[in-house]
Amino acid sequence: MAEAKLLSGNDACVQGALAAGVRFFAGYPITPSTEIANAFARELPRRGGIFMQMEDEIASMGAIIGASCTGTKAVTATSGPGFSLMQENIGYAAIAEIPCVIINVMRYGPSTGLPTSPSQGDFMQTRWGSHGDRPVIVIAPYTAREAYRETGRAVNLSETYRVPVIVLMDEILGHLRERVEFRDEDLVQEISRKGPEPGKPFLPYENTEDGVPPFADFGTGYRYHITGLIHDETGFPTNNPVEVDTIMRRVNGKLDMHIRDIERTRFVDADDAEILIVAFGSVARSAHEVVRTLRNEGKAVGMVRPVTVWPFPDEDIRTAVAGKKAVIVPEMNLGQMVREVERVVAGAVPVHALNRIDGLLVTPHEIRDLVEDLL
Amino acid sequence: MGEIHEKYLRMDKMPHIWCAGCGNGIIMGAFITAIDRLGYDKDEVAAVSGIGCSGRITGYMDFNTIHTTHGRALAFATGIKLAKPRLKVFVFMGDGDAVAIGGNHLIHACRRNLDMTAVIFNNHIYGMTGGQFSPTTFKNKNATTAPYGTTDPDFDIAQLCIGAGATYVARGTSYHARLLTDLIVKGAEHPGFSVIEVITHCPVNFGRRNNFESPAQMLLWQKEHGVAARKAKTMPLEDMEGKFTIGELYRSTEIPEYLEEYGRVIQAANEEKKS
Repeated sequence: MAEAKLLSGNDACVQGALAAGVRFFAGYPITPSTEIANAFARELPRRGGIFMQMEDEIASMGAIIGASCTGTKAVTATSGPGFSLMQENIGYAAIAEIPCVIINVMRYGPSTGLPTSPSQGDFMQTRWGSHGDRPVIVIAPYTAREAYRETGRAVNLSETYRVPVIVLMDEILGHLRERVEFRDEDLVQEISRKGPEPGKPFLPYENTEDGVPPFADFGTGYRYHITGLIHDETGFPTNNPVEVDTIMRRVNGKLDMHIRDIERTRFVDADDAEILIVAFGSVARSAHEVVRTLRNEGKAVGMVRPVTVWPFPDEDIRTAVAGKKAVIVPEMNLGQMVREVERVVAGAVPVHALNRIDGLLVTPHEIRDLVEDLL
Repeated sequence: MGEIHEKYLRMDKMPHIWCAGCGNGIIMGAFITAIDRLGYDKDEVAAVSGIGCSGRITGYMDFNTIHTTHGRALAFATGIKLAKPRLKVFVFMGDGDAVAIGGNHLIHACRRNLDMTAVIFNNHIYGMTGGQFSPTTFKNKNATTAPYGTTDPDFDIAQLCIGAGATYVARGTSYHARLLTDLIVKGAEHPGFSVIEVITHCPVNFGRRNNFESPAQMLLWQKEHGVAARKAKTMPLEDMEGKFTIGELYRSTEIPEYLEEYGRVIQAANEEKKS
């Protein structure tokens, strides 16, 4: 595994997805995610897989859900405007519990925005973008190496929990090329969804103990029904309030049952820090640099970096901020993740937002200035 | 209920939600009769539907069934067929599904020529939402969103599909049920994307507002206005005024089926890999 490669963040996502067994991609070109489509177009046919350029992002999302119904691991990739278009079908995948992965390489919005400057403006949309209550896992890598490993993990989490998983990239991370040295811990496993138990009656939306029903692939002899209507355990529509309540609580609660497996938070010099920076994605690269420099100068600053950003790592943040002098949340938006941090911190420690919406990355310099003001 | 119904329908899901006098049941009957004639194994059939009255058909039939989002049935179906080409994929849409919200998906499915069969229930109205005009509602008809009569020109679905490149296009009606079965059989056997537009009747939300006194009267309208395509060719143009052709309207075997072409891509990719 100790092989060094020059990889862009976008290419790394593709490599990670392929390693996890992805054999279907459907997408529509949009900067800054297009390299992902290009790479899948080259790589999938070599592996007997299918690359499909669809007519729009709505169709792309529909096609990956359809492919997944047959048991094929399927991915799409997009950016802001396309991601907005996908929201209805993401909600469909969530309630019909069909595994699929969406790579969203964030660009500046709203609308056509600032093509194609980076942004972290989709942080809340990933969680709340569809109508109705729906579960989702969102993973935000911060290096090309992590983009590889975390896209692989995204595929596996999607298969394991029958939930759409979003890999939240941004323009900087997608387009930067860096030296990646893969180590043993980067090895991507191939995990597939659990199927029906032979000899046992198959209930496609069974209220199982682990919250995740077995999935029968289309064309394997289980003729059942999938619908975006609220359904009972058999998969057919219901409007019985008890049944509706049961499935909605199971579908929206299943991730909480496995939260330790889903969450991944990284800490850099956090334990003895007086000032703590909470950052994700490419902004965490700047924050990391600040911690490195200031620690060399003997200043007590640290970083907490949620890799799994949704479900938000409440417990990790709450523990990490205890007793700190202040918390800084730098973001390339007008303050989205900071709302989550404030909710978790609940007034125990002052929380400072540091926002940039001029189309440029939050620099180490400006984070450092704020840290020094607060120290 | 006949033997075919018992064999292909999920009888425990009856009664269905369609109104008394609706044409959808006739189309479903014609479809399962076609499947029986084709001799397909139920496990190998995938039925995909959109949203609206027609969308409910998948819940009643005993295949691999999926009721998708409004207008997007063809996108889901495309993923299913490409990922498991062995499956026989049928797509059910209404006129709103197929040529309003899903119009883009329809023309691109026609262009690609992936081996699937689309059955479009054209009742010229949005039924589920209570009678709003659709892209196929004729001019000067009444709808809840056209209280003074419709002004929009209407789409001819079959012609649209021929123009977009579908390689088998036919039109049937809910009156000519046996013809409809024949057309579905031929569409399914055709190697490529096939479209069967079905002129059907919505007595509650179209008929009531447009001077049809009964479902039977709407069926008679279909009988009187549907002209066999072969016969229409010999008729003077003015005699076809206000009428429509039925039967097989277009068939081409010149355009290759999509997955056959994709095989070429896989071959080229593997040759490049070797070298």
